[in-house]
Amino acid sequence: MTTSSATVAPERAPRRRRGGSAHGKARHWGPGLLLLSPSLVLLAVFVYGLIGWTMKLSVSDQHNALPSQGFVGLKNFTALFTDDINDRFVHSLKNLLIFTVVFMVGALVMGVLWALLLERGIPGEGVFRAIYLFPMAVSFVASGVVWRWLMNSGTGDQAGGLNRIFADLHLGFLENPWWTDPHWGMAAMAVPAIWQLAGYVMALFLAGFRGIPAELREAAQMDGATTYRLYRHVLFPQLTPTALSVLIILGHMSMKMFDLIMSVSGAQWITEVPAVYVWQTLLTSDYAKAAAISIVLLLLVAIVIVPYLIYNNRVERRS
Amino acid sequence: MRFSKRAAVAAAGIAVALAASACGSGSGSGGKSSKDVEVFTWWADGGEKAGLDGLVAQFKTDCSQYNFVNGAVAGGAGSNAKQVLASRLQQGQPPDTFQAHAGAELTDYINAGQIEDLSSEYKQWGLDSAFPKGLIDNLTVNGKIYSVPSNIHRANVLWSNKTVLANAGITAPATTLPEFFTQLDTLKAKGVQTPLAVGKDWTQEMLFEAVLISDLGADKFTGLWNGKTSWTGSDVTQAINDYKKLLGYSNKDRDTFDWTDAEKLVMDGKAAYQLMGDWEAADLDTKGFKDYGYSVFPGNDKAYQWLADSFVLPKGAKNAEGTKCWLKTLGSAAGQKAFNTKKGSIPARTDANSADYPAYQQAAMADWKVDTPVPSCPHGSACSQGWQGAVASAQGKFSSDGDVEALQKALAAAAQQYAKK
Repeated sequence: MTTSSATVAPERAPRRRRGGSAHGKARHWGPGLLLLSPSLVLLAVFVYGLIGWTMKLSVSDQHNALPSQGFVGLKNFTALFTDDINDRFVHSLKNLLIFTVVFMVGALVMGVLWALLLERGIPGEGVFRAIYLFPMAVSFVASGVVWRWLMNSGTGDQAGGLNRIFADLHLGFLENPWWTDPHWGMAAMAVPAIWQLAGYVMALFLAGFRGIPAELREAAQMDGATTYRLYRHVLFPQLTPTALSVLIILGHMSMKMFDLIMSVSGAQWITEVPAVYVWQTLLTSDYAKAAAISIVLLLLVAIVIVPYLIYNNRVERRS
Repeated sequence: MRFSKRAAVAAAGIAVALAASACGSGSGSGGKSSKDVEVFTWWADGGEKAGLDGLVAQFKTDCSQYNFVNGAVAGGAGSNAKQVLASRLQQGQPPDTFQAHAGAELTDYINAGQIEDLSSEYKQWGLDSAFPKGLIDNLTVNGKIYSVPSNIHRANVLWSNKTVLANAGITAPATTLPEFFTQLDTLKAKGVQTPLAVGKDWTQEMLFEAVLISDLGADKFTGLWNGKTSWTGSDVTQAINDYKKLLGYSNKDRDTFDWTDAEKLVMDGKAAYQLMGDWEAADLDTKGFKDYGYSVFPGNDKAYQWLADSFVLPKGAKNAEGTKCWLKTLGSAAGQKAFNTKKGSIPARTDANSADYPAYQQAAMADWKVDTPVPSCPHGSACSQGWQGAVASAQGKFSSDGDVEALQKALAAAAQQYAKK
């Protein structure tokens, strides 16, 4: 990308002039388009085509295996918020919110903390980096199964996993119901996710720190800035793009979270999030409702992703 | 964006391969011989596969002019198979016959006009007199019967650890709810932490239905599912309260448990009782645990809460005559014996010879002849799939917050939403 931009830039000016021969133009972008076209067609059919199909389904009334009876407008969407038994959909959104907040804050705090420590140049940095990054290599399903055992909600004689460890260490007051807590269970569900991704956040921030020219630090130190002020006013402001990327990456992962929850708790009320609800609804052949939830989920992710893409485009154009 | 060329070529290659394979399978089914009977099930391993094999052996003697084609789709306790089936039915490419839970779970197929009425075949094959009248009533939708059950399971069975009961001085399982509560108190006083082992949502629903049968009686309970009994009545409130009280004797981590985890509490002597379907007998036998007792749930008296697998004749089946021969074999005494002795369930027919079966099944068969059959929602005989999902979710919520009013409201709303569809 970077090497080609240098050669492309001078060509741009003549191309902007009107009246260049159509043949010449086609020769310019024809081969590229030809090479891209299979992937474009596949994307058009399997991504955008299917999104379109899902949208169509979400405004139909196909609530069972029978063929659709017709168009019902936004009824499926309003029903999700007003007419769902036990307010199940709102409940799943609430669960998702708790999960997302705890997961993002937790992963960010841990990641930044580790990055700071490693950035200060402690001995054996490479080893620590590998240790922290390693959980990311494990799939959510595999770690979910292990965390399912660790976060066993039994207490007292029936305690297992972490509760057992707490009990054996005479820290019985720390024993808790983990994800089975009706109000804050989703916070416990975020723990495995934090464990897996904090190392990744660390790696991103470490790269960010390393990308800051040493001259800036030296200049700040020459001017007599304290370590706190150095970080607060010189280093952290330069990490804004990193922080934004981290938030976007964690945010969209969190909203689509499915595999971790399915392997820790299985599909059930206490830990239900929209992605799991879609799955449950599909199993009962309620296609229109499943499609409506999917579209809401897509919109939620779009709210996070689209501003980022716009911002990114602007930054790229500027450079 | 560097990936595009190679990835695109690879993707295009895959797309071509997919298209080719789709064409391939299309032409394959076109060239099918008219003697084939494709039987679509999710019985791919274990006792279920053994049962199917037994049935196929019988089919080969009874219907030697036809070929059995196994259309089993494995995985997900049937959920994979149901997805495949739904798309085949939508495309008008049904298998010659498919497996479905007997009863209300068939509603969707009936409403969609996807399966044929078998009432006249029932008369012709004498099934209307071989099956108990209560079962025939449950299977009949608007005067028509659409499926032939291959086996019967019982849902409302209370399993116990005999040693734990004996240590607490309990000599016989309770027969009424109040007596059951007294026993649970005794067990608790004797230091049994979990007198009653329970698992997650659908197992909770099974326990709740058993309490409903005790509090409402068999007829009113059946009425809950066909609209004759109201979900908002005070008797249902009473049942929910009784059920809540029962949950108080159960393991707090129930939502993390599957039925086999709850079963393990009983096997390990940590729990005294567990309510579960009678597939537990086969499972306990397989696991080599001999010290178990069984009885009907206290207060259920003569109610036999049944669930059954069944087979249907889809509209547009390529080999309808072959399917009828399969269904006839399935309903025959020989066919039911071949299947059930291997699967660990009991035959739907009342004229089966119980000497062919193990001890638990003999007792169940004796009850099946005289008891009142009542349906079960989590196992598809009482309600459609959508209704099952709504009820399981409501039970999961109740397990975490114990809100009696919310549960009753949710159950009533679910009945209103799904009953007439």
